[in-house]
Amino acid sequence: MVKKSDRRRLKMAKSQKTGVGRRGFLRSAAAGAAALTATTPLAHAQQPNAAPAAETAPAPSETQIARDAGNVRPPIAARTITRAGSDLMVQTLKDLGVEYVAANPGSSFEGLQESFINYGHPPNQMPEFITALHEESAVTMAHGYGKAVGKPMLALLHGTIGIQHAAMSIYQAYYDRVPVLMIAGNDPDFIAAHTAHDMAGMVRSYTKWDAEPKTLDEALTAIQRAYNEAITPPMAPTLVVLSSDLQKENAPNAAIPTYKPPQFSTIDSSHARDIAKGLLSAQNPRIAVGRLRTPEGVKHAVELSELVGACTSTTATNGPMSFPQRHPLCGPGADANYDYTLGLETPGAQVSITGPSLSQVASTRDTVNIGFGGISGGGAGGRGGRGGRGGAPANTGTRIDADAEASLPLIIDQVKQQMTSDQKSRIQDRTAKNARANHEAHVTALTQAVESKRAGWNGSPISTARIYSELWPLIMNEDWCLASPSNFSGGHNAQLWDHNKPYSYLGGQGAGGMGYGAPACVGAALAAKSRNRMVINVQTDGDLNYAPGVLWTAVHHKLPMLTVMHNNRAWHQEYMFIQYMAGVRGRGGERAHIGSTLREPHIDYAKMAAGYGMASEGPITDPTKLSAALKRGVASVKRGEPYMIDVITQPR
Amino acid sequence: LTAILAVSGGVASAQAPTAGDAAKGKDIYMKYTCYGCHGFSGQNGPGARLVPMMMNQANFTNYVRNPRTRQMPSYSTKVLTDAQLGDVYAYIKTLPNAPAAKDIPALEQFKEK
Repeated sequence: MVKKSDRRRLKMAKSQKTGVGRRGFLRSAAAGAAALTATTPLAHAQQPNAAPAAETAPAPSETQIARDAGNVRPPIAARTITRAGSDLMVQTLKDLGVEYVAANPGSSFEGLQESFINYGHPPNQMPEFITALHEESAVTMAHGYGKAVGKPMLALLHGTIGIQHAAMSIYQAYYDRVPVLMIAGNDPDFIAAHTAHDMAGMVRSYTKWDAEPKTLDEALTAIQRAYNEAITPPMAPTLVVLSSDLQKENAPNAAIPTYKPPQFSTIDSSHARDIAKGLLSAQNPRIAVGRLRTPEGVKHAVELSELVGACTSTTATNGPMSFPQRHPLCGPGADANYDYTLGLETPGAQVSITGPSLSQVASTRDTVNIGFGGISGGGAGGRGGRGGRGGAPANTGTRIDADAEASLPLIIDQVKQQMTSDQKSRIQDRTAKNARANHEAHVTALTQAVESKRAGWNGSPISTARIYSELWPLIMNEDWCLASPSNFSGGHNAQLWDHNKPYSYLGGQGAGGMGYGAPACVGAALAAKSRNRMVINVQTDGDLNYAPGVLWTAVHHKLPMLTVMHNNRAWHQEYMFIQYMAGVRGRGGERAHIGSTLREPHIDYAKMAAGYGMASEGPITDPTKLSAALKRGVASVKRGEPYMIDVITQPR
Repeated sequence: LTAILAVSGGVASAQAPTAGDAAKGKDIYMKYTCYGCHGFSGQNGPGARLVPMMMNQANFTNYVRNPRTRQMPSYSTKVLTDAQLGDVYAYIKTLPNAPAAKDIPALEQFKEK
């Protein structure tokens, strides 16, 4: 990130120093190359046995000193722009329905930023500019938003350095198969370190598609295609690199190309007929539902399940866009001997409809040096596991490479066409039996869960189960979204809460990367704000410290987000690993805390939140004071003010 | 399992474990981070529940020396003596059991469905 004033200083300094722009320099480069080679310090340093460059580096020039001191004037505007290229870029994003753009400022996209905040009626809406404090947070916001909604928002990245800040987040979103749209600025006339010949190259291994268009027309088309690529299975981040020249181009006569929505691959009509026949003729069919693309897919899955009375499995307690957990047909049903199983983005015994895997994308990208572990190890039927990334047992039935969500309407149509009155009657009976059995199974599971959750109930530090238990009655009648991963916090929501909406629980980090929870929740809260939802963030302390500035973003944009700290004062997973390692080596665990705990001093998260302007309280160590604090937190969020409660917890 | 316990109990019982010092045991429980897997309560976390303690002291000592799970490392006499483990055992015995679920309204709410 470079302040505009710095940019001006540098630009002027360069101009004063060389008296020629970069393009002018390139034109004369060939002629001057020989002379440069013979005279520059760099050339000298490249000679064998030459003295180190530092010893021969020239003293700072007057221009450089002036630049460092800020003693320069701003450039004079050379022209008036009547219709900026970046206005058209923003209009293209508006037409695509992009709601938000998250960024911290960078000079390479100043043209775009100015358009985002000033272009349109009203300006700064669709997309609204969201101020991030770190590019990693900006992309993770888009990651959380993408999982909550099933479509991308935009993250805007500064050339080279911004992209590299964002790299881990891009990797996570890729691994998580989440659509994220990214634009990076490129200003080849400014700071050399912030430009590159192949800007997207540094993240190409874990983006699905990228482009660096050379004309404005190409740029607008590239934005449309990047959007389409991001939302087409396998969904993943995409990146368009836009030069500052294109952003600032005066384009009074340019037009936005006609947008063509993407085509989703579906099963063919004969497959649809066969699947419908299989579901209708079976005595006890089963539908296994993994992660679909959008809420629309979930609706279709519910419709199909209800039409055929099939008991259905879900991954709703692992991530978004799956079958409602407490739907009467969700569960093992009355009889676990299924004679026909249909898998939707998950393995099925007879037929499994799964979209293309990331490994297929990876094979066309620059993945040689990164490998992606499980991603490339998929193989036939190997899209199982969360997000379908290899490692699952081979499917014994037919696997159809198609998008399940887009295929469901075809199956539903066929079911409606083929269903006889006899079958209808049998399905009604089966539905009632399955619903009763699933309810009983649910009650049994809940009773067992409750028995286990009482452990350490009155203890201090506070049990993580108590947080989830006491939070539930406060949110159960709200439209809530648990956007933080619960895998490090006991996963109590899976047993205690009802995950009935496509966004009830957004799942894990993607690639296990830290610094995910809070920014993903902010992204989900962006989606929640315009949809009157509330986001719950049970925030692990180690994770928050990677980029806590995102708390400010939540406050600044008044996002409906309740953060409850799972503050165990450690990176506890690693703590246990070190303890184990020391144990098996016969060295005890006496020093396992070194490098894996957050003590001396303890971090005061309530104060941290307050520093970012967030209403907060804590640390809470008395379990009897937790419930009241949670009530205050939920009330605050319902008023539109994010809130944090620091709770000192058991390790897990 | 019964056989293992009987054997281990027999071996340990030959050493006639003495009553431990709970205060010292607490210090060891914290210092050697038993709470890392078993919680400060002795009943939270990914490790086995220690509260209520179902083993006698000899079996407890033997278990710590030879855990029957790969998730728990063994602690030899070089790291923790039998007497120190006796202290830990005594401390664990002081940790309160959780109330019954029926006495916790926040948990009872889940059963009413």
